[in-house]
Amino acid sequence: MAMPSTRNKLAADWIVRMAWRDSRRSRSRLFLFVSSIIIGIAALVAIYALGDNLEKDIDNQAATLVGADLVIHSNHSLEEAEQRLVDSVKGLSAAHSEERSFASMVLFAKNGGTRLVQVRALGGDFPYYGKLETVPEAAGTDFRNHRQALVDKTLLLQFGAEVGDSIKVGDVLFEIAGRLNQAPGQSGLSTTVAPAVFIPLAYLDATGLNQKGSRINYNYYFQLPDGSDADELAGGLDSLLEVHRMGYDTIATRKQETGRSFSDLNKFLSLVGFIALLLGCIGVSSAIHIYIKEKLGSIAILRCLGASSRQAFLIFLVQVIGVGFIGSLIGAVLGTCIQQFLPLVFKDFVPVDISSDISWSAILQGIGLGVWISVLFALLPLIGIRNIAPLNTLRLSLDSQNPVKDRLSWIVYGLIALFIFGYAYLQLSGFLQTLVFTAGVALAFAVLFATASLLIWLVRRFFPASWSYLWRQGLSNLFRPHNQTVILVISIGLGTAFIATLLLVQEMLIARVSLSASDNQPNMVLFDIQSSQKEDVAELVTEQGLPVLDQVPIVTVQLEAINGITAEQARADSTLQVSRRALGGELRTTYRAALSDSEKVTAGTWVGKTAPGDTARVSLEEGYANRIRVSLGDTLLFNVQGVRIPTIVGSLREVDWNRVQTNFRLIFPMGVIDNAPQFHVLMTRVPDDVVSARMQQAAVRQFPNVSIIDLGLILSVLDEILDKIGFVVRFMGGFSMLTGFVVLVASVMISKYQRIKESVLLRTMGASRKQILVITALEYSFLGLLASVAGVLLALVGSWALAIFSFEVPFVPDLLAMGLLIVGITAITVFVGLFNSRGITQRPPLEILRKDI
Amino acid sequence: MAAILSVKEVGKTYESAGKSLTVLHRINFEVEAASTVSIVGPSGSGKTTLLGLCAGLDRASLGSIVLNGVCLDELGEDDRAKVRNQYVGFVFQNFQLLPTLTALENVMVPLELRGERGSRSRALELLDKVGLADRGHHYPLQLSGGEQQRVSIARAFSNSPQILFADEPTGNLDAETSETIERLLFNLNRDMGTTLVLVTHDMELAFKTKRVIRMKGGGVISDEVTQPKEL
Repeated sequence: MAMPSTRNKLAADWIVRMAWRDSRRSRSRLFLFVSSIIIGIAALVAIYALGDNLEKDIDNQAATLVGADLVIHSNHSLEEAEQRLVDSVKGLSAAHSEERSFASMVLFAKNGGTRLVQVRALGGDFPYYGKLETVPEAAGTDFRNHRQALVDKTLLLQFGAEVGDSIKVGDVLFEIAGRLNQAPGQSGLSTTVAPAVFIPLAYLDATGLNQKGSRINYNYYFQLPDGSDADELAGGLDSLLEVHRMGYDTIATRKQETGRSFSDLNKFLSLVGFIALLLGCIGVSSAIHIYIKEKLGSIAILRCLGASSRQAFLIFLVQVIGVGFIGSLIGAVLGTCIQQFLPLVFKDFVPVDISSDISWSAILQGIGLGVWISVLFALLPLIGIRNIAPLNTLRLSLDSQNPVKDRLSWIVYGLIALFIFGYAYLQLSGFLQTLVFTAGVALAFAVLFATASLLIWLVRRFFPASWSYLWRQGLSNLFRPHNQTVILVISIGLGTAFIATLLLVQEMLIARVSLSASDNQPNMVLFDIQSSQKEDVAELVTEQGLPVLDQVPIVTVQLEAINGITAEQARADSTLQVSRRALGGELRTTYRAALSDSEKVTAGTWVGKTAPGDTARVSLEEGYANRIRVSLGDTLLFNVQGVRIPTIVGSLREVDWNRVQTNFRLIFPMGVIDNAPQFHVLMTRVPDDVVSARMQQAAVRQFPNVSIIDLGLILSVLDEILDKIGFVVRFMGGFSMLTGFVVLVASVMISKYQRIKESVLLRTMGASRKQILVITALEYSFLGLLASVAGVLLALVGSWALAIFSFEVPFVPDLLAMGLLIVGITAITVFVGLFNSRGITQRPPLEILRKDI
Repeated sequence: MAAILSVKEVGKTYESAGKSLTVLHRINFEVEAASTVSIVGPSGSGKTTLLGLCAGLDRASLGSIVLNGVCLDELGEDDRAKVRNQYVGFVFQNFQLLPTLTALENVMVPLELRGERGSRSRALELLDKVGLADRGHHYPLQLSGGEQQRVSIARAFSNSPQILFADEPTGNLDAETSETIERLLFNLNRDMGTTLVLVTHDMELAFKTKRVIRMKGGGVISDEVTQPKEL
């Protein structure tokens, strides 16, 4: 007789019907499996939506980012030709404004508080788009016509000043006309670093701060008549502006620039969210693995009744797609809710108001990604269905396919790796970065996997047979069939590693700055000291009982030619091997006879004095020399305030930048630029905040043009920035932690179905409720402890590498904080474990025995 | 009458951890269509393995098995699944119902797998035949052992199999329920002409079939035609 005909071709509707029927009794468990991806999808949908909204907001608010149609900027005062160029644009514009901005000290008259701020001397009606948001509102316009200032809200808060008080900028006392809440293009982070004080441009000269050698930025804002194309105009001026070392911004360029920076931020956040999703996927894979194991009997029966392996596989695949879709949908809804709060989290980083509109494209992307990734990770256990023999209906088959030898499972592993790489590549757009990210993720997973496997092996190998029964039972749960040790160690460990790394890096950054506070290193720098004030400032410092640790002259020079090639020649011939960016650029340099203790010659010889008539042999910092592509013996031509000075690169130096100290990319020997126009920097060491404040007040009163920066200010600014960044990282890391705990809850509940019968048998044999709880608590303590220790170790290794290779600081981790983190995570794990196992002890044994689970 | 099942020189060896374990040695027999045969023997004698091979649940290591004219040795697993779906019915000691499907759905599955229309009415008819017309919407866990086995028999006959393999069909049931199940099996054999192959420890049940094959240590030690007892 012939083979039966294939009437039962793959009937899609039957497969879907079977998937539906089979899921009826296990829907809550199936949902539990995909619950692990909900958080990851929520994170991604929220981040994608933030990205969409940001893009839209930057588009809509681009004009207010610049405040004008065109801005021309320069970091030097305009020469005649340059002024003509700016004037010609003024002729084409409908309105124009001028601003000079620079760092300077201000003094609050009320309490003598001083601080380095960004002074913006403004003339004209800028901004033309958006406004200076002030309280009172009229102050944003009115201050321009009076001796009044607008002061950043954080400054007012910091010094307890109010509208109506006085603030001294240079030699002039201004009335505080308003509290500045927002200026075009400013973000919370930028005001933390350099809070702004606006004053009318008309009063700038009176302040005495507009002196030769002062580092002032010149901005010219233009509003163009309707119908004018700012980009076309700026494009026409581009080469001229480049020649004069000036730049420009239009709404389009700022939009592009802002969009690019926030797209980078968004991509970074997406990667963090993606890690949370990956964690969840491992949870899905592990849960489906157990689910399929339990379905072994049903699958064997179906096979026995004539279902093909493909049909059996498809039934469970359809279930995974279904629950993956539902999980992703819930994740998308949750993500859309979270997204409503993201503007609050990111408001300090973004110079525009972020809207929180629902992004349908983000929702669709999230759902698509969720379904795809659930299927991809569920495939590993699902392909095992192909190997379930119908003989399992009679007895467990002795022939079982080794997954390692199953070619299809390697294809799935390959697909997973390809997917991670592909996703990361879309975010990072660089092959090497993608490779590093993928390898990093793989390494972290591999380390945690190896740790868990090692633990299982160690517990089995050195099982403490002499311990009490409860301890032995708790320990043996770590390696018995259906254990969740590996998955829990990976998910909780990775979450712990996130948080621990964050803590350690934050500490390291603070330590890196605090390092300067040690011994007799300077911790206060006074700069912008005119030559005529040099002696008097030094005297003031001494009068205050403070040491003058160093006094350094600073000369501004311009690099005109490298090995005889000028900027003009370099522009004309792109084949010339010189750095066009360096040519024409300004450098702040000094001259001295000997190197400081933070410098070390690595090539050539440092000659501290140049004899009259000799060519000076300058010294370059190694990194700078590499960047401008020059080496020992090359010639550099400098323009020092109109005088051309030829030099030879005589030596290269390694510089320790980790100090509150003046360090330079270029230094001259004595005898070359000693008489050039210069200003001075003085370094001292203040013992405490009180002396620091007294010193700053005295200096600002006597020498208003002198700016002061102290370590306390650097530390407080750094602290504030790290706090803001830390909050974002903690927020994002929280997704991974949360996923870890969802995976934990899901795993506990899945294993509960397996443990329940055993616990009931134990109870039937006389085990008390307390004993069952102790066994459970011990098991989760071991798991939590191992996962958190593994996570902390991973973080320690990563942070150590960062400390040594990136921050170049000694690695001294806060072990107490790490210890507390381990205890905390373990406690939460035990709590979650016990909380979810409570059903085991609360139900009477007979009820469960009757159900024959 | 023609043989529906032909077993020639069949052997089965399992490889495990580098060692081989032979559980069946060169078995030979034929089963005529519409007949009843029981395979008996002590535990470990190889009878369940032999049943599995005959039903196409596994592949023999040696020899050949021809079921309803189809040589099973040459077929892959999915082709053997088609053979099972078309010609074979199963009844197991532990019923092997799909726990997530209702009784009615369990009976419908083989028909649905064949892509047949009217599977629901046919399944209802079969449930009615085994006396469970009113329990179709119950899940296996909500049925007693005897009821589960009756559902299993209804399912086994749903695709009008040429041959039915039953592995200890009354092994988990009390005497009274066992009798009901036996009656059902033999009545369906008689009414539908289905060949019945039983594996059992229960000699009383074995002697209700027309032929008894005795096994020991993986081999057939006797093959006798009997005078079946009246049910």
